[in-house]
Amino acid sequence: MKSIVSTLSFAWRMLLARPGAALLNVLLIALGVATMTVLLLVSTQMERSFEKDLAGVDVVVGAKGSPLQMILAGLLHVDVPTGNIPWQVAQELGLDPRIKQLIPLSLGDSYEGFRIVGTTGQFLALYKAKMDSGQMFSSPMEVVVGADIADKLAINDTFSGTHGLGSGGEVHDKSKYRVGGQLQRCGCVVDRLILTSIESVWQVHEKEIALDEADRKALQEEREITFGLIQYASPLAAVSFPRFVNQSTELQAAAPAVEITRLFRMIGVGTQVLQAFAAVLLIVSAISLWMSLTAALRERRGDLAMLRMLGASKSKVAGLLLIETLMLGLAGWAIGVTLGHLLTSLIGYLLEAERSLVVSGWLMLPQELLLLAGVLGLSVLAVAWPLRQVYGQDVLKQLNLK
Amino acid sequence: MLASRNLSFSYVSGDAGSAVMRFPDLALPQGGVLLLQGPSGSGKSTLLALMCGLLSGYAGRLHVAGQDMMAIQDAQRDAWRGRTVGFLPQRLHLSESLNARGNLALVFFAAGLPEDAAKIDAALDALGVLNLAQRRPSELSGGQAQRVALARATLLSPKIILADEPTASLDGDAASDAMALLLQAAQRCGASLVVATHDSRVKLALAASGQAIERVQLLTLGKKDDFRPSILREVL
Repeated sequence: MKSIVSTLSFAWRMLLARPGAALLNVLLIALGVATMTVLLLVSTQMERSFEKDLAGVDVVVGAKGSPLQMILAGLLHVDVPTGNIPWQVAQELGLDPRIKQLIPLSLGDSYEGFRIVGTTGQFLALYKAKMDSGQMFSSPMEVVVGADIADKLAINDTFSGTHGLGSGGEVHDKSKYRVGGQLQRCGCVVDRLILTSIESVWQVHEKEIALDEADRKALQEEREITFGLIQYASPLAAVSFPRFVNQSTELQAAAPAVEITRLFRMIGVGTQVLQAFAAVLLIVSAISLWMSLTAALRERRGDLAMLRMLGASKSKVAGLLLIETLMLGLAGWAIGVTLGHLLTSLIGYLLEAERSLVVSGWLMLPQELLLLAGVLGLSVLAVAWPLRQVYGQDVLKQLNLK
Repeated sequence: MLASRNLSFSYVSGDAGSAVMRFPDLALPQGGVLLLQGPSGSGKSTLLALMCGLLSGYAGRLHVAGQDMMAIQDAQRDAWRGRTVGFLPQRLHLSESLNARGNLALVFFAAGLPEDAAKIDAALDALGVLNLAQRRPSELSGGQAQRVALARATLLSPKIILADEPTASLDGDAASDAMALLLQAAQRCGASLVVATHDSRVKLALAASGQAIERVQLLTLGKKDDFRPSILREVL
């Protein structure tokens, strides 16, 4: 134990004696590790957050268009919908025995960039969202707001929706919503949504568009929703139901699992390029480590020979070099991981401003320890050749005894 | 006791076959001084290397500080050297990564002993360089650096001190000062002293020091006709 401590202490003092080389190597390792860490953190959280947002929905039905767009618009709430579908048709589809439940979603308006979603109580149950204060919407024009909006809209506040999903649309000032409740944070898409009954959305638009009472009645006949989120009664439904919808109805079915896999395959190429880049950085740092260790060894040969003369065994001298190198690797990893987490936090902060993805830097992943093992492995590889030289060196020649 | 009988060592040197070096028999009492003279290539370095156990595989017998060198197991050889032998190399090999104190601390590390700061201070103080403890080797003069190296060699109170050309880079006065320091240092820890040199001034410096002349043996290697150590007093 004592000898380990003194080896550590001398290794540390030897490193400090050549701070420039040590710093360069630590920085190179840290850069590679930081890149890897950012990729790891962002991609893991992206997958987790997608998984949460998909909330066990088996299939989404909506107007014909891009199935990926349907998932992005209907589940992740980042894209615009493909169009609307008749409420009548959706209701009939909901009676299909293969389906456990169909949750209607009606999109179209927003408030300060947050989407107003007309739906039913089932939607909250789907995301396991719980009330924080106030109560669930029970009558038209009552809303509950997600945790991200809670500081903008207090209970009993009233506001008007804006047409369209971005800001800058026409304000529906004829009908005002009233906040009835606020939701607990769920770490999912619901945090960024304003939820209301589906009737509210209809009411707003009918009031805005209808020229007279007869017109309003006519509009009521043609009520539409945007998406139906469907959970199957049995997994077997996945075989027949989407095809049935696509071929026999005017609707389109999109399976989130399939579409998200497709999305990840597209993003995946980019991630792989970045991962390869980080791996190259790490390998370059290992080569640099190897070269500077070899160069340092040339200068230190006499010192190391003297160490042998003073009674150190070959393995002790080798241990000193090994520990010096592992210290560099460890420092590089520690700085890299810290840097990676800080960068991820920054990315999370920027993404938060865009209200897209929730990414946090305050999360440790077991893979980071794997990364440490990799860095230490590379360090050992880098020191292997210098160690061989230490074992083979002619102490007598160095000490001028030959 | 430093003793040898029929000691020889053969270097295997490539196509020239092997060259055998034969050494005269030795018998130096503990605390004695052996002056090892001879031109380069006469085997001074080889004998030093054999005495500190960095070279083995010799023929004949060699006892260093009472220890039969043949009887030490390879695994013990480094530890034995660390505790028994103090070495003052020609090029001092003070580590530039460490200050004077750190270079002495390295002795404890190499020998696998707990670091003893008081001992380091005492060793530096005995050689008058305690005030330079924080300096790096490059910040020391040649003489100062040699004192630090000598403090390093005597730190663990070795039984034998091997000095390789200790006066090579020093001028007249400095050379005799260095020899006096070496003798004092060896005497302080009761160590035998072996000085390998081809510098004729060393003999005179030793004679001038007066104090140890009875115990000084002179061995000139490479002279076929004079193949036994002689007592320095008789030579002079």
